[in-house]
Amino acid sequence: MKSSRFDATVLTLGFAFLYIPIVILIIYSFNASRLVTVWGGFSLHWYQTMWSNQGLMDAAWVTARVGLLSATLGTVLGTMAAMALVRYGRFPGRMLFSGMIYAPLVMPEVITGLSMLLLFVALGVDRGFWTVVVAHTTFTMCYVAIVVQSRLLTFDRSLEEAALDLGCPPVKTFFRITLPLIFPAVIAGWMLAFTLSLDDLVIASFTTGPGATTLPIKIYSQVRLGVTPEINAICTILIGLVTIGVIIASLNTKRAELRRVHDEHMALRTPS
Amino acid sequence: MAVAQNSDGQGKGGLGRVFVVALPYLWLVLFFVAPFFIIFKISLSDTAIALPPYTPVFEGFGAIQDFVSQLDIENYIFLTDDPLYVKAYLSSLRIAAISTMLLLLIGYPIALAMARASASIRPTLVMMVILPFWTSFLIRVYAWIGILKPDGLLTLLLQAVGLMGPEDQVQIFRTDTAVFIGIVYSYLPFMVLPLYAALEKMDNTLLEAANDLGCPPLKAFWRITFPLSLPGVIAGSMICFIPITGEFVIPDLLGGADTLMIGKTLWTEFFGNRDWPLASAVAVILLILLVIPIMIFQNQQKKVA
Amino acid sequence: MAKTLGPVKRKFSPWTDPSAVPFIRFENITKRFGTFTAVDNLTLDIYEREFFSLLGPSGCGKTTLMRMLAGFEEPTEGRILLQGKDIRGVPPYRRPTNMMFQSYALFPHMTVEKNVAFGLEQDKLPKGEIAARVEEMLKLVKLEDFARRKPNQLSGGQRQRVALARSLAKRPQVLLLDEPLGALDKKLREETQFELMDIQTNLGLTFLIVTHDQEEAMTVSDRIAVMDKGVIVQVATPAEIYEAPNSRYVADFIGDINIMEGTVAATQSALGAHGTIRIECDGVSVSVDQECQAAVGDKVAFAVRPEKVRISPDKPVDSAVNAVHGEVWDIGYLGDFSVFIVKLDDGRVMRAAQANVSRLVDRPITFGDMVWLTWPLDAGLVLTR
Ligand SMILES: Nc1ncnc2c1ncn2[C@@H]1O[C@H](COP(=O)(O)OP(=O)(O)OP(=O)(O)O)[C@@H](O)[C@H]1O
Ligand SMILES: [Mg+2]
Repeated sequence: MKSSRFDATVLTLGFAFLYIPIVILIIYSFNASRLVTVWGGFSLHWYQTMWSNQGLMDAAWVTARVGLLSATLGTVLGTMAAMALVRYGRFPGRMLFSGMIYAPLVMPEVITGLSMLLLFVALGVDRGFWTVVVAHTTFTMCYVAIVVQSRLLTFDRSLEEAALDLGCPPVKTFFRITLPLIFPAVIAGWMLAFTLSLDDLVIASFTTGPGATTLPIKIYSQVRLGVTPEINAICTILIGLVTIGVIIASLNTKRAELRRVHDEHMALRTPS
Repeated sequence: MAVAQNSDGQGKGGLGRVFVVALPYLWLVLFFVAPFFIIFKISLSDTAIALPPYTPVFEGFGAIQDFVSQLDIENYIFLTDDPLYVKAYLSSLRIAAISTMLLLLIGYPIALAMARASASIRPTLVMMVILPFWTSFLIRVYAWIGILKPDGLLTLLLQAVGLMGPEDQVQIFRTDTAVFIGIVYSYLPFMVLPLYAALEKMDNTLLEAANDLGCPPLKAFWRITFPLSLPGVIAGSMICFIPITGEFVIPDLLGGADTLMIGKTLWTEFFGNRDWPLASAVAVILLILLVIPIMIFQNQQKKVA
Repeated sequence: MAKTLGPVKRKFSPWTDPSAVPFIRFENITKRFGTFTAVDNLTLDIYEREFFSLLGPSGCGKTTLMRMLAGFEEPTEGRILLQGKDIRGVPPYRRPTNMMFQSYALFPHMTVEKNVAFGLEQDKLPKGEIAARVEEMLKLVKLEDFARRKPNQLSGGQRQRVALARSLAKRPQVLLLDEPLGALDKKLREETQFELMDIQTNLGLTFLIVTHDQEEAMTVSDRIAVMDKGVIVQVATPAEIYEAPNSRYVADFIGDINIMEGTVAATQSALGAHGTIRIECDGVSVSVDQECQAAVGDKVAFAVRPEKVRISPDKPVDSAVNAVHGEVWDIGYLGDFSVFIVKLDDGRVMRAAQANVSRLVDRPITFGDMVWLTWPLDAGLVLTR
């Protein structure tokens, strides 16, 4: 049919647009030549120089720590926020609360970054590692809240009621019933939070201090000086890490799916 | 088993409940809402060559009168007087509006094609749209520098196909065009996903019914498909429009000296000129400009949830 | 056909004993959701070891009533007494009630065994005891071989039995069953009904069950409450509900019935030896033997169940029975019964059911036949509400 050929063309072009720049970047990280336009042969040279670039490695380490901490904190807070939004019906200031969850998703980063910096200054806090962690926690928790909220909305409440009915107090019910069942969403939220933290340049630039240069800040300062294959190399590694993470996660869900289908077939075969 | 006393159990549940609401609530009030008051306050103070580089308008919350008398709107007067700032705001809104239109024009066919694909490959397609989003924003913008540079890959490609003489070069890098390319590229997943969510929900039999009632496919698209996808159009447009207006990285890395965007201006005032009060005033006005789009977005989200 | 029946059902009627203390008492319970009143000033007593059914159309407040007893909703007004104690404010996990959910609510991440053990673990019973009780429960619902399965590896009927085992495992004083057998086919449902009754008698528990299936309610219950729009219309034993409904609503809701609106023409004193009340229903005059508060001139309804109406081609000789004349309009063959739909001479329609006693009938009644419908004086009912 005509429309299906049209669709195929659109999708091909669309995905080409999305992927070609990334593919090019990866290819050129293996370029022996320093010039972007000249292919000087395959080489791992830039991965070696990257490895011995102390500043870059330090920044990577800071970023990893910020990411782990803020993603974890953001996941805890975001999950609580989602529970509050979905489970607790009306409470005073609920409107403001849901507003505070949605606004950071679209708030221009320059505003968030600047305002948070001014808060830290007003509080007299030394800027550095921890201020970045707090800033990242604040915006990642909102993304986590959205992800977990959408899972909770489809969650069958009678499961929790059944646990309560059988004598399990609410907090224990959360840990024994609710959390295990929404765990995939919580993990997805954590991964999203981690990559957002890994990714952030603007908010980190505002809230960071001496000794807490993150990778995006480092990359940004080098990019401004011009394209270097070293940056290509570190970008490729980042892309590789994230891709592996995403693929593992999606394989996991696929495996769970397959097992469920298998289970259901088994159920149909066994006489009751 | 004895029936427990009335109050205690409920009280415990209530306490846990209060904790679950209060912790994220207070966190957001402290780290998201309170900063806006501070930014507003500092936008009303004078620049100083100190650290922090501003003289506070007031110390302590008792001195309300002091505060009011010392209020200083000179930063705002400066902003509204200087045509450069006014132009930067207008230019940001213009670039954001045009980019959003472009995103819609490019994103809608993609989302539609995804929604019309067979159910078995749809999750894969969604995954493929999300995957680039997981890779760093900065990296994605950076990738375009290598392509768009005058001696970059695009020039190389065009020369190789013969569309361009060996001496000619593509003059896109450091222009508004490059900014549009960068924005469309970076924000495409944000546009496609809400559109797809709206289109995918749609019942296919609606179109069949329309065809059956004598409505040709193209007309059916405008009469049925598009109106039903409007929530997705609004959500996607707002998710893109609002942050693009304040975008910094893309105009900074891909745009030229004459690419005026307010995010860049704010950054320069802050990091370059170290004028914190002025930067704050810039942010406050930007926020005011964005209040209405943000409210539209919030309403939309509430309807969905 | 060697199914062993449980002990002979005991005579059990504490509700007739004015000194008996109700086990559960709903006292003037009202429940509002916003402006909508789901349960309206309802009072109901349930006795220990009773098998009590709630029957009523969808949305009449049955589930809401149960959820208030289980502690998931608090009544807007009124109180619920359990063994004489007000249980307002006692959270669900402290109430001696267990519920079998309409959706089963089996924990999908736990095996059958773990599901059944869940409630026992909450009571911090020793491991050995829990294992023993789980085994006992699984045996009871005949799922010993499925202990290690996850709920999504079970068929619908098996899941339902796990849910039952789980809610029974704690030996709750009150078991709440919300449409427990809805997912089962007729045969399995009947079997399970008898199992439920056995369990209830053997363990000496109080059961409160919601069902849409009248036959089920009739089979299992000691008493039935018929609800409508948040109020209870009648509470009585199955036989009373069927034979002596207190209103048009109950009569119409339970089983099949012929109802004719009419006016009381005469009461006992004016009628001599036979019928207590005579009712004029638009030209048809019927007499009913019944104690009744109605006075001459009252608007009432006359009702008679189809199986109490005899159908015959001949005019009855006995003047002591009610008789109407009409034409057979339709015949519904139901296997054990045939239902004749008869158009009376004045155009009204009445149904008569007849057991199909023998396979061959000499002179079968068929479409278009002119027939007489007759029923004795004690067959019909006068409904004043
Ligand atoms: N949480 C709630 N909020 C608002 N209305 C509710 C709520 N729960 C129940 N209702 C309303 O109360 C009425 C009674 O509901 P309930 O679930 O008790 O009906 P039911 O008799 O169990 O019906 P069914 O036989 O269909 O299960 C319904 O009209 C329902 O819409
Ligand atoms: Mg119900």
